[in-house]
Amino acid sequence: MSALLELKDIKKSFGAVHVLKSVGLEIHPGRAVGLAGENGAGKSTLMKIIAGIYARDAGTITYKGETVNYTSARQAIDDGIAVIHQELNLLPGLSVAENIFLGREPTKLGKIQWDYVKSESKKWLEALKQNIDPAAPLGSLSIAQQQMVEIARALSLNAEVIIMDEPTDALTDIEAKILFEVVADLKAQGKGLVFISHRLAEIFEICEDIAILRDGQMVHTGPTAEITENDLIRHMVGRELSDQYPFVPAKPGDIRLEVEKLSAKGFHEVSFSARAGEVVGFSGLVGAGRTELAKAIFGANHVTSGTIKIDGKAVTISNPRQGIANHIGYVTEDRKSEGLIQMHPVGSNMSLTGIAKFTNGMGMVNRKSEEITIDEFIKAFSIKTQGGASLVQNLSGGNQQKVSIAKSLIPGPRILILDEPTRGVDVGAKREIYSLINTLKAEGLCILLISSDMPELLGISDRILVLSSGKLTGEFSRDEADQESIMRCAVAGQ
Amino acid sequence: MNVKQFASDNKSLIGLLLLMAIVSVINANFLGVDNMLNILRQTSINAVIAMGMTFVIITAGIDLSVGSILAFAGAVCASLIGMDTPLVLALFATLLVGAALGATSGVIIAYAGVQPFIATLVGMTMIRGATLVYTEGRPISTGSFDVAESFYQFGAGYTFGLPNPVVVAAVVLIICWFILTHTKLGRYVYAIGGNENVARLSGVNVRAVKITVYAISGTLAALAGIILTARLESAQPTAGLGYELDAIAAVVLGGTSLMGGRGRIIGTIIGALIIGVLNNALNIMDVSSYYQMIAKGAVILLAVVVDSRGKANG
Repeated sequence: MSALLELKDIKKSFGAVHVLKSVGLEIHPGRAVGLAGENGAGKSTLMKIIAGIYARDAGTITYKGETVNYTSARQAIDDGIAVIHQELNLLPGLSVAENIFLGREPTKLGKIQWDYVKSESKKWLEALKQNIDPAAPLGSLSIAQQQMVEIARALSLNAEVIIMDEPTDALTDIEAKILFEVVADLKAQGKGLVFISHRLAEIFEICEDIAILRDGQMVHTGPTAEITENDLIRHMVGRELSDQYPFVPAKPGDIRLEVEKLSAKGFHEVSFSARAGEVVGFSGLVGAGRTELAKAIFGANHVTSGTIKIDGKAVTISNPRQGIANHIGYVTEDRKSEGLIQMHPVGSNMSLTGIAKFTNGMGMVNRKSEEITIDEFIKAFSIKTQGGASLVQNLSGGNQQKVSIAKSLIPGPRILILDEPTRGVDVGAKREIYSLINTLKAEGLCILLISSDMPELLGISDRILVLSSGKLTGEFSRDEADQESIMRCAVAGQ
Repeated sequence: MNVKQFASDNKSLIGLLLLMAIVSVINANFLGVDNMLNILRQTSINAVIAMGMTFVIITAGIDLSVGSILAFAGAVCASLIGMDTPLVLALFATLLVGAALGATSGVIIAYAGVQPFIATLVGMTMIRGATLVYTEGRPISTGSFDVAESFYQFGAGYTFGLPNPVVVAAVVLIICWFILTHTKLGRYVYAIGGNENVARLSGVNVRAVKITVYAISGTLAALAGIILTARLESAQPTAGLGYELDAIAAVVLGGTSLMGGRGRIIGTIIGALIIGVLNNALNIMDVSSYYQMIAKGAVILLAVVVDSRGKANG
């Protein structure tokens, strides 16, 4: 069977970094190829080359038997190659329907056919079992719903080749399941698919073939049936991963954080406490109020009632500045718009929160000591970058996440809130983050961990609290906790 | 750093040198010391304003009120000198007026959430109006006290063989460069322009920094007003009309992005010099002032297009 799309010897460098070194890939009609690899392995770059967003330095792309040289994403789309991007590329100010038809609005005598746009949008959203009003502003939707809109947009292009870059990252299990049904449909229609995911189980579930990238090289390609998950992980990281969640038993210290009947937008009268040297996990469905709770404690969201005590003393925290001054660190779930300044260097991003540490009474920054600290973190966290001067936007998701964590640690927090710290992070980097959490715990930090990855939460938390619709619905010690009881609490208040 | 990298990092400098080379071929008098000093002196007022504008633009803002602040501050300064106020006190009070006017825009932007364009457009109109009310539409002379003479020297005299306005601009350059590259405030200015949300969550007091940058812009506009008033020995109610546009042009020519988060103060100086050299060249080549405006606009357009093409490819 001949390939629908074939890549041969693709090479791509950014500056001195060779992101892709002679990579080949075949996409066949009616099959999905799962593309696996650590962050920074070159997956997204490869996909952007197929989609015409990046120009390749060398190699050939053959589509339907002809060599193609796309110079813009538009050309690739017109040719039937659609991409569902990892980062949402939608405009929050426009309506759902406008987003789906952005750039290809059907017109009659120059007038946009809005009725058609809306009905078509509704059709594609219904195919995804989404009851979303096409006229609603996109920004009013949850992240998961926005992701479904992005998928609907790609489907509506009627493309021959569909590339899905981490489509399930922001989705709950229910939505992911719907997506997989759609994937099966697409395969039945003879479309060729590329599916990128960090959730390896998903790749095994829906892909016929597996291709594994490591450090810009294709280290394995072949049918899914011929490879085990362990082999896949081994290929990805180039080493054996022993236990995935290296839990270190805690010897919890004194109570550091007490939250009493705290209320704010998104949650109501939540009370809990956390000790020094303890990892408290927060479970819950999307929209349960976990991020809102974290932001309220940190000072980013306005608290309407209740008290926060640190080391037994009530504190007033009404903005992030006061949160940081009270030794709270917050690592956001949304790196792109809340975590890091993408156009700025790694170094100045990392030191921003803790810049006071390098500043004298006159407001002067000691750039030498700043640089030393930045280099230490780059080394300690094995951040793949050419140095502190490289721009954050050129880093992979996992490396950006490490920068984000380093940034929150520089001021020397005593309470660290990690909001989905491993989202969009590959297996190897995930493990590094887990060991880091353990190290920080051993150093006596009080850690609040928000995660939608249940095995991860069970694996590294000392205690798990469950939120549902803004209320605390369950608390489990490490020994009591299991997926089923947590899920029961998570849906309890729904 | 290789040559190509250097060239792409210093496009505005190369543009300036290229422009100077072309002009010196056309007119042999251009490169003379007298003419060079002349250009520097003529550029210094715009350079001082543009350096303040650089802070504002790096935070992704804009300050349209600088021309009006220049006029108002000039009028205040001229009256103070006319009342025999000690020179240092008069200068200090005038700078304070500029800082207060700028900070007011900053407060409106930071607390009322008004777009910088609108807030400073309102400021531009109202401050110009206030200047006309205060001066009753007539020039204010700096008077005939002794202080008026030392004030005149401040604007027209020389230090180390350089015109005083050039020395002032150089001092301002060093201070601004230091603030932007070596202080916490500088980091915060870039951070806010890079992503205000990230800056806020990183503990930056966004409102205070915004008020500060508009205060800096207002202070430097007032300083430009002082220099101009001193040289003319009087404050004109219509002084500084349209200066905000020259300042913005200098900042943009210097490679600072109007989107914020990026920019260098030295770039702004080069941008101001490009405008200064162009004005001078068109003058010594006897081009009519009507055509000068067209030529100036065309060069700015060319420079900005070259710059943004480089960015799109890189």
